[in-house]
Amino acid sequence: MTWFSSPDDASARLHEAGYLADAATATTAYLAGALEKPLLVEGPAGVGKTELAKAVARSTGAELIRLQCYEGLDEARALYEWNYKKQLLRIQASGADQAWSETHDDIFTDEFLLTRPLLTAIRREEPTVLLIDEVDKTDVEVEGLLLEVLSDFQVTIPELGTVSATRRPFVVLTSNATRELSEAVKRRCLYLHLDYPDAEREREIVTSQVPGLDDAVAKQLVDVVARMRELELKKAPSIAESVDWARTLIALEIGDLDEAAIQRTLGVVLKHSSDQARAVKELRLAGK
Amino acid sequence: MTLLDTHIGFIEALRSAGLSVSLAEGLDAIEAMRRIGWGERDVVRTAYAATLVKKQAQRVTFDAIFDLYYPRLVGAGVAGEPESDGVRDNGAALTRFTDELADALADTDAESQRLQDLAVEAVGRFGAMPGRGPGLSSWSAYTALQRVSPGQLIGQLVAGLMADGMVEEDAERIAGRRIGSFTRLVEDDARRRIAEEKGPEHVANIVVRPTIDRLDFTAARRSDLEEMRREIYPLARRLATRLTKQQHARRRGALDFRRTVRASLSTGGVPIETHHRPKRPHRTELVVLCDVSGSVANFAQFTLLLVFALREQFHKVRAFTFVDHVHEVTHHFTPGGDVVEVMENLAASTAHAALWGRTNYGRAFTKFAEEHADALGPKTSLLILGDARSNYSDLALPVLRELEDAVRHAWWLNPEHTRHWGTGDSAAPAYGEIVPMVECRNLTQLEEFVSAISMGTQPAR
Repeated sequence: MTWFSSPDDASARLHEAGYLADAATATTAYLAGALEKPLLVEGPAGVGKTELAKAVARSTGAELIRLQCYEGLDEARALYEWNYKKQLLRIQASGADQAWSETHDDIFTDEFLLTRPLLTAIRREEPTVLLIDEVDKTDVEVEGLLLEVLSDFQVTIPELGTVSATRRPFVVLTSNATRELSEAVKRRCLYLHLDYPDAEREREIVTSQVPGLDDAVAKQLVDVVARMRELELKKAPSIAESVDWARTLIALEIGDLDEAAIQRTLGVVLKHSSDQARAVKELRLAGK
Repeated sequence: MTLLDTHIGFIEALRSAGLSVSLAEGLDAIEAMRRIGWGERDVVRTAYAATLVKKQAQRVTFDAIFDLYYPRLVGAGVAGEPESDGVRDNGAALTRFTDELADALADTDAESQRLQDLAVEAVGRFGAMPGRGPGLSSWSAYTALQRVSPGQLIGQLVAGLMADGMVEEDAERIAGRRIGSFTRLVEDDARRRIAEEKGPEHVANIVVRPTIDRLDFTAARRSDLEEMRREIYPLARRLATRLTKQQHARRRGALDFRRTVRASLSTGGVPIETHHRPKRPHRTELVVLCDVSGSVANFAQFTLLLVFALREQFHKVRAFTFVDHVHEVTHHFTPGGDVVEVMENLAASTAHAALWGRTNYGRAFTKFAEEHADALGPKTSLLILGDARSNYSDLALPVLRELEDAVRHAWWLNPEHTRHWGTGDSAAPAYGEIVPMVECRNLTQLEEFVSAISMGTQPAR
């Protein structure tokens, strides 16, 4: 099956799924599907990296399988594990009349295999989007594990043999770039850097995510956020924070984003006290 | 040149600019082109970027080379050379052009296309240098910009924006940015025309600047410095993550006999699993002594910022600045402090570090030994930052030797290239004999060094 038929198709269908992709994102998503290559998405937190994978799944009717990475993630939790308690029960239940060789063949079968996200994604017959989230949080060893999965879409289980994908999943890896990924992983992926969107697109995103937001307020909001991003902040506000801010304004029934309103709700957008102080100073909120 | 030649030349140029493009990635790119076709330049650019560039820091380099190998248009484009209407460069043409440019710049919603076209015209009309010898380029962005001088339009632009109800500072900021982007477009276009004449491979070597993490501190422009400053916090976060991870890996300490025996009960008394006491983390006390005279001030600021961003990794950090007198600046680095404010305070405090304003390492070391000897102890590491250019004054080598003896480790970071050490008034070799001197010219080298000392290992020389 083809995921998207053209970059324009990708753009249109992602839009339908509620994700407003720019041209580069749509083209790269199309290429990832067409070339059947994993897509590595990098960018600051909260610009919609994870959301892209979800949107691809929604727009193509595929199921999303998610592997959340963290420090200490290992094979047993990423790939597969033998259900050894069940195996033990099976051995005890068989009694003394069964030869070891038979038991041995019995306990290393599908029945006793606990599949984890990577193996699940590969074995599925239906279209699948595999999201490997925050891949930079894992240890280097897991990258080695990913290599086999990402290049050949197959997994070798010593007792069962090699399991190859019947249908290649659409793989999305996200990274916050806290660590450089190895060249080998990067080489196998297509690369997309998501950044803060331009004002026009951000306004569209905010209004589509937060229905009921007044257009004029949306424009003010996007302008203020854009100015904040130009300041030297520890954490610049991301799209997720713009959307949160818009929701806050709706909840507080603020119809005009003036200085007082900005100052009252600043905590939604900026989450360091020094950042807030800087914003108040630079945007000249205090004096008025 | 066929499309394939261009493709291969393009990849070659990327490689020589320092991007590691593998053969497989080149093939991926071709495969991608087969799917999307060569119809639209921006789509081609996206496809190349997705398949070849795997680090965002390299994107700027990629874009510059892409523009050379796959130019936006050839010559003056469909419009043709300006000779067709008889005039090339005269007063009337200039006035008309300036008006048009002012109009385009003032138009807030103007799509970039219009500015782009004007930039092409600016180079074509005002930047030509015909009749130069073979091998010399016949287009000059400098000439074009001198003639058009978009800087003069700033006032007009600001006035226009303020009439729309904008505050003066904002208007100036926006005007400055628009003029800047037009200037960049003109420079790009001149480069494109030169590349067209001489072949892209000749231009590629010249235009490509090193990426921000490999740019020398001493060669950085003001805009680069700002960009570098924005890099400091992400860099510190990356380093901190890596260091915590490495410390976790080395956490296993001496055998915990009690726990091991207790655990062995569940395996019938056989100690299958051993338990260990956690190792006490080793934390360095750091004293930073940095030269903040004009020539190396930037370097000192970056290093101080990075060290303080990583303060959790050290037991204690104290910082002193000097020119010819020593001044403590530790109190400026409040936890969670604002970067810009810290930089301003640092700059302001430079005055305290100078009596006569000429760098004098010998005097600074002597003063430091007299006034702040209590900062140093057997657990302390001393970090000296500076180019070791002491204006031929007394070097006070015995004092430095005493300082070095008082501490656990001492390092000297020098922002100059190793080949300049010992030239002119540089006392690098003399000081280097007492305190190990490490070259630290850019963010990458700085990152390596800081990561090495906070792990307590010896940094590479």
